Amino acid sequence: MANHQPTSGNPRVDIEYRRKKNKEEMKHQVTSFSLMIFLTLIAFFAVGYGYSHWFIAPFIILLAVIQVIFQLYYFMHMSHKGHEAPSLFLYSGVTVGAITVLAFSTIIWW
Amino acid sequence: MHADEKMTYETWPAAPEKATLEAKNKFLGFWLFLGGETVLFASLFATYLALKDKVPNSEHYLAKDLFDLPLVFMATMLLLTSSLTSVYAMYHMKNFDFKKMQLWLGITVLLGAGFLGLEIYEFNHYVHEYHHTFTSSAFGSAFYTLTGFHGAHVAFGLAWIITLMVRNSGRGLDLYNAPKFYVASLYWHFIDVVWVFIFTVVYLMGMVG
Amino acid sequence: MSTLAQKKGFGATLWDYLTTVDHKKIAILYLIAGGFFFLVGGLEAMVIRIQLAIPNNDFVSAGFYNEVLTMHGTTMIFLAAMPLVFAFMNAVMPLQIGARDVAFPFVNALGFWLFFFGGVFLNMSWFLGGAPDAGWTSYASLALESPTNGIDFYALGLQISGAGTLMGGINFLVTIINMRAPGMTYMRMPMFTWSTFVTSALILFAFPPLTVGLFLMIFDRMFGSNFFDASAGGNTIIWEHLFWIFGHPEVYILILPAFGIFSEIFAIFSRKRLFGYSSMVFATVLIGFLGFMVWAHHMFTTGLGPIANAIFAVATMAIGVPTGIKIFNWLFTMWGGSITFTTPMLYAIAFIPSFVMGGVTGIMVASAAADYQFHDTYFVVAHFHYVIVGGVVFAILAGTHLYWPKMFGTMLNEFLGKITFWLFLIGFHLTFFIQHFLGVWGMPRRIFTFLPDQGFETSNMVSTIGAFFMAVAVIVMLINVIMTSIKNERVGNDPWGDGRTLEWSIPSPPPFYNFKQLPLVRGLDAYWIEKMDGKKGMTPAEPLGDIHMPNSSFVPVVISFGLFVAAFGAVGIGDKEAYGIPVLVIGFLITFGSMFFRSVKDDHGFHIHKEDLMNDDDKGGKA
Repeated sequence: MANHQPTSGNPRVDIEYRRKKNKEEMKHQVTSFSLMIFLTLIAFFAVGYGYSHWFIAPFIILLAVIQVIFQLYYFMHMSHKGHEAPSLFLYSGVTVGAITVLAFSTIIWW
Repeated sequence: MHADEKMTYETWPAAPEKATLEAKNKFLGFWLFLGGETVLFASLFATYLALKDKVPNSEHYLAKDLFDLPLVFMATMLLLTSSLTSVYAMYHMKNFDFKKMQLWLGITVLLGAGFLGLEIYEFNHYVHEYHHTFTSSAFGSAFYTLTGFHGAHVAFGLAWIITLMVRNSGRGLDLYNAPKFYVASLYWHFIDVVWVFIFTVVYLMGMVG
Repeated sequence: MSTLAQKKGFGATLWDYLTTVDHKKIAILYLIAGGFFFLVGGLEAMVIRIQLAIPNNDFVSAGFYNEVLTMHGTTMIFLAAMPLVFAFMNAVMPLQIGARDVAFPFVNALGFWLFFFGGVFLNMSWFLGGAPDAGWTSYASLALESPTNGIDFYALGLQISGAGTLMGGINFLVTIINMRAPGMTYMRMPMFTWSTFVTSALILFAFPPLTVGLFLMIFDRMFGSNFFDASAGGNTIIWEHLFWIFGHPEVYILILPAFGIFSEIFAIFSRKRLFGYSSMVFATVLIGFLGFMVWAHHMFTTGLGPIANAIFAVATMAIGVPTGIKIFNWLFTMWGGSITFTTPMLYAIAFIPSFVMGGVTGIMVASAAADYQFHDTYFVVAHFHYVIVGGVVFAILAGTHLYWPKMFGTMLNEFLGKITFWLFLIGFHLTFFIQHFLGVWGMPRRIFTFLPDQGFETSNMVSTIGAFFMAVAVIVMLINVIMTSIKNERVGNDPWGDGRTLEWSIPSPPPFYNFKQLPLVRGLDAYWIEKMDGKKGMTPAEPLGDIHMPNSSFVPVVISFGLFVAAFGAVGIGDKEAYGIPVLVIGFLITFGSMFFRSVKDDHGFHIHKEDLMNDDDKGGKA
């Protein structure tokens, strides 16, 4: 199993390399966190300001979707390799869920 | 590479959450479970959207009369931050730094507990100030079921992470427990994903009517 | 660890099965439990048919008829067909992909015990005030008014067993994705494994809506919420949607494994490669995908409006295309093959016309305008029995004969098997063909009796006679099982002689570690390829080494039992009984306590050592 790691022959060098990679990635995580907070703030302010709800509803849903993509791809590492099956099944779930929500907001009351 | 092998800083693999077959299975199985959870919460959201503001008579309060944005904002910040802190915990897990991982997980738990406290306060407030209860109207039932399912997930996540922390406090990281920590952190992020939609769809859209 | 051949006492065997995490033993548990519920559901069917044999019959009362009718549907779908299908998936799928077990053996056992306790809980309702009586669909406006606790048992029981099914689905998916033997690419997987894969994906996405629906029902009936109560702002249609968003994929969850079993049978007994393998895979995936877009065709008369009805009607008819692809592929598999008419093959051949008839009536009821005529008549009853009995039950009976030697190491008697087949086939068509006409003549579903001189007498009597044929067929099959087990003539690896896939390359039943060395797969029908090359068995893909195996555990039974107890508490709360809350709490404490125990106690499993494996040579197990 050890051959899963990139080996330069010198384990010490590899570890240092990995540490650096991890650290870099952590920086990205903090950036995406700041963006998520920023998006949340916009959403709350948009509602607080009281624009027309025809604008606000789609707008804040869009913000939520963007924020969730950050969560999934950065915090949950879906951008990494080896997440093909997880993505397939997550998106299938999203599709089924979206159809459900669509149906419940259109053909429940008449 | 056996799961119960004693690991050192040098032998710790790059992706400890997927280093053994058991770990790979756990990793994938949990993602699939999250796919199913997506449908579960989508069904709850759909039900909520269908029953939003559906009350028997005009004496009942509607969404726009109930919600308190500052409180929801605070809860949101707590949960979002706890998502970042659990990322930090996993960062230290990958670097084989058990103590720091435990520390960040501890912070995650505290933030999560804070969120749960706010939610309980909020529910209590609705029940006593507005008589908006689980049984008062279809709107009430749908609201408490959706947010309550999420709250129950938070509570379960807290219990899970605490169990893992306590159980492994004496022995440090190995390839047997690293995937467990990783999967628990995935669960925690998923709770956050659901909350993003709850604060958007339930609270913010509730405010704009 | 070569303990597998030792004779054990009854107590030890029982304990072995209560704690097993071996997929082959869990398969046997599913077969026994599913078989038992199949008999119970069959008995309920006989009550229905006896009551309807003559007009104005008073064999059972109207209320009891409703209970029997509801329990027949619920039992057959959830407690008989699903577990029997799961039995074959457990028994065969890991062997077909060359795996030593499923990905999560512990969860596999947990899934079985949740199903079992859920099923037992549901049937406890017979003795505790009355069974559910709102139909297997349990529409909310009817279910909320039901005076007995039957619906509570329905919702709680299905919740528990549904959780078990969901776990099973995830388990199979991970097994197929992660644990295929070297060389077993996706497009080399046997058709039954493919159908298990797609079925499991359907389970993963279809069961959560049911979970939610059942929770809402539980909350409304027992905890005072108002989801379905129009007077408090609720909407009863929500249940119908949630139920059918689950319910329609559910019928594909049942039929796809049936297709898989028949695909294996056609290839084996035609001694030919399955015709159009890749189009079969494509059709299976497409059916699974479309299965989620058609649920509202069960609700055409609810009043969704012409646009929604049209969309769902078109989507429904589209499913006919991939199904048609499959039918033709099976026909072409037989074309030019050297066919042997064994019992499984007879079922497979009879399945094609029977199922096609169900498919054609399916297109008829899928036309929304025409459905206003068919809805709630016996035409619909005839339609879904043609697809479910003509498809799923035929496949289960065929699979029982086909895989019996692999599961138990002995062949079912072919002569008795053929008697069962003919009796069942004749009985099936006798019972349900006439019901198409009854429906078109205007006989409604779910009625407990009918008046004379409406033209229904003869047809109903014919239908009842058919049901007795099927009952006799099942009895013959039981005799066959008992006789075979007593004789117990052991068979070798490949008792049908023409096995094509990996499961036939190892002993019957396989050793508990399945493959001594993982096999190297060189193409579709891996074992057949080796046989055609003149080899005796599979080429191993790895040197002989230690094998890692999971430990047995009693915890799954305890976790499931806890929920069983908690469910009684929930019923008590609904009745405002003092014992309700404490019993609920105790049940949850048992469940979560044992989960906690499981999670803090390390379980690394054990290793079978190389030397022990070499001593096992006499029992085969060579890869």
